Amino acid sequence: MTQPDNFGFEEEAALLKDSARKFFADNFTTDKLHTMVAADFEPERMSGCHWDAALWQQLVELGWAAVAVPESAGGLGMPLSAVAGLVEEVGRAAFPCPLLATLNAVYVLAAIGADAETALTEIAEGRTASLATINRDGAWDAALTEVVCDAGTLSGTAWFVQDARKVDRLLVAARNGERIALYWVPIDAPGVTVQPDAIVDLTRDQAHIAFDSVAAEPVCADGLPALQQAMPAVWTLLAADITGAAEWQLQTTVDYANARQQFDHSLGFFQAVKHPLVDVMIHIDQSKSLVYNAACAFDFEPDEAARFAHMAKASASDLAAFASGRAVQFHGGIGFTWECFLHLYFKRQTHSQMLWGDGPWHRARMADIVLGKVA
Amino acid sequence: MTESAHQDTPEQVEFREHCRTWLAANKPGEPGVRLPLSPLEIMTQEQLDYLQAWQKAAYDAGMIGCDYPVTVGGGSRSDCQRIANEEMKGARTPFLPNVIGLGMAAPTVFYHAQDELKERLLPRLFSGEDIWCQGFSEPGAGSDLASVQTFAERKGDKWLINGHKVWTSLAHFAEWMILLLRTDRSHKYDGLSYFVVPIRSALGNGVTVRPLIKMTGETGFNEVIFEDLEVDDSYRLDELGKGWQVAMTTLLHERGAGDLKTPSAGGMKSKTTHSTTTSSLIDLARNTMRNGRPALEDPLLRDQIMQLIIREAGLGINQRRARVAGLQDHPSRLLLQNKLLASEIAQDIGALALEIAGASASLYLGDSNAPAGGQWPLSYMNSYGMTIAAGTSEVQRNILGERVLGLAKSK
Repeated sequence: MTQPDNFGFEEEAALLKDSARKFFADNFTTDKLHTMVAADFEPERMSGCHWDAALWQQLVELGWAAVAVPESAGGLGMPLSAVAGLVEEVGRAAFPCPLLATLNAVYVLAAIGADAETALTEIAEGRTASLATINRDGAWDAALTEVVCDAGTLSGTAWFVQDARKVDRLLVAARNGERIALYWVPIDAPGVTVQPDAIVDLTRDQAHIAFDSVAAEPVCADGLPALQQAMPAVWTLLAADITGAAEWQLQTTVDYANARQQFDHSLGFFQAVKHPLVDVMIHIDQSKSLVYNAACAFDFEPDEAARFAHMAKASASDLAAFASGRAVQFHGGIGFTWECFLHLYFKRQTHSQMLWGDGPWHRARMADIVLGKVA
Repeated sequence: MTESAHQDTPEQVEFREHCRTWLAANKPGEPGVRLPLSPLEIMTQEQLDYLQAWQKAAYDAGMIGCDYPVTVGGGSRSDCQRIANEEMKGARTPFLPNVIGLGMAAPTVFYHAQDELKERLLPRLFSGEDIWCQGFSEPGAGSDLASVQTFAERKGDKWLINGHKVWTSLAHFAEWMILLLRTDRSHKYDGLSYFVVPIRSALGNGVTVRPLIKMTGETGFNEVIFEDLEVDDSYRLDELGKGWQVAMTTLLHERGAGDLKTPSAGGMKSKTTHSTTTSSLIDLARNTMRNGRPALEDPLLRDQIMQLIIREAGLGINQRRARVAGLQDHPSRLLLQNKLLASEIAQDIGALALEIAGASASLYLGDSNAPAGGQWPLSYMNSYGMTIAAGTSEVQRNILGERVLGLAKSK
């Protein structure tokens, strides 16, 4: 199978992306975001969960939470390149919501197949979910989960669970004998305790989740193949979020560089500022191209999906750090303050950079594919 | 990467089939001579003869100038040069020698010359019978191109040209030169005009071409000196004083952002000579020992190689994304990055190759122990030609910052 030249990004996808950008421009300015998550400085906000559930509900009603759910389960079944376009706009707005967490669960459920139909239908109807598959070390490998299933009950702790206090369901990876099985667990099931993490990113929440003899039936008895199939989508979408956020960082910094005057010129006149801003743009374009290539591979060239997704997330992780650093540096003193909106994106990007593997992590795995593993 | 054949128009489908059939039967045999890395390093008449014969054959088969009108020697096709390029690349044909003619002179002549001149010049340009060169840079005008001092003085219907051009690739074989010069010393930009001038026929009679030796030891580019060269006013492109605007057409196409596709080099060089790509880098790392193990197993080198593969892939996909309307916010943002990225990636690949080669990196052409016959230090040094020529990387970043990001113009 070969990739279509346009990444499978059809008119419908362009329409979705444009309407998402317009929606956030109309309903969710950065000013509003700052008021929501950072109006007053309180250290305890670091483990807070500030979001606008009513605005999220509007997105659900627009069908955006179901874009990736297969049509057979009542969703829109759009290709990953279209979903990436939507996520890019969510990243640009740094909109606090459980969209990415839910999409991650959708791709794993879709890879499971018929047994996950019920769970997928719940998402199509507006339920949200998050993956609970990672151990305390943040190994990004569900095979190393600390959660164990014994005699039909789950015990142990899942770490780095994204937007845990916004979601209705968890897709839990637990060791069951020789295998890693997957479980679809309501967040309020007896024995489930959500323990919020204090994180740097004010636009998301994160928790570790303790399971104490939680009764559960597996939605998939052998979950690793489904996870392996779905992870390229997870990496690609987070990379899309990063590129969208980086576009905001670039545009905001360009606007500032044009407005701010020093030594009788705007900052952008000086090549010490101009050239690195061009380099940020170049890096954004590299990541963005790699994102749509990876998204397209996921649907049209599945044998290449992992390699291309590693490339996209490696590039985007490095971009997250680079764009954030240049944005703050070129704003000078004001960029270093709480009142300047930049810190919201700086922190979201820092979180995204490491989440599901940073640049070196993805390049090491890509090297194993491209060059073969070292014995 | 992947084929786009299934998205071709009916015309493109038919044309692609034609290219494929023709190439299968007519691809030229191995050259009897060592080919240079690129058309800009053609040194001998034998090399040129072989490459010119190939360009003529490809032109006669309809694969060059496809999208130009028949009246100027083209094929009057629609978006077919891209198809021909893909097929030539796939067939690993030799590169085309008239690279400056095809990439820069042809679109400039096409958009700015009188019909009669176009119809006379372009067919022999496409066929490769007339080699072209570019007279822009001067000893005192590099990145600040608009400060050129070569001067044309009016003598009735004629012009008398005096001046000094440098870094003129292919001038030693060229029949024609595109020439940016000054017709008015009182205005910097509005004092520039643009000519096409026959130089081969004027050698020793107003034109002197002298080779410049590059840091690599190769020749290929030249300096060209004009002393009272007389040219006809009919060789002027566009209006007097519009030279800067015409030059922008040339530069836009040189940097890959013009609207007329350039017939590109074929894919043969990756087989018959050395290529500066990550796959050659991987071969080098596989065959180089470091601490008793292949260098390819070194985690740091693996990371660095992956970084370059990612950049190389990103550049290729940029060009594909540039054709998808919904995935870009600015019409020339991606295209204006082409030259900058391609040259810097090639340079960084060269630099990493030298690190991988380690002690052997300094073994050069002619040393039997040199990795890849000493081509790595050669291509690394040549990469500086690419980051300097056609607008230095610094000038490219100014252009991107000003035209795309809208930052204030730097002096």
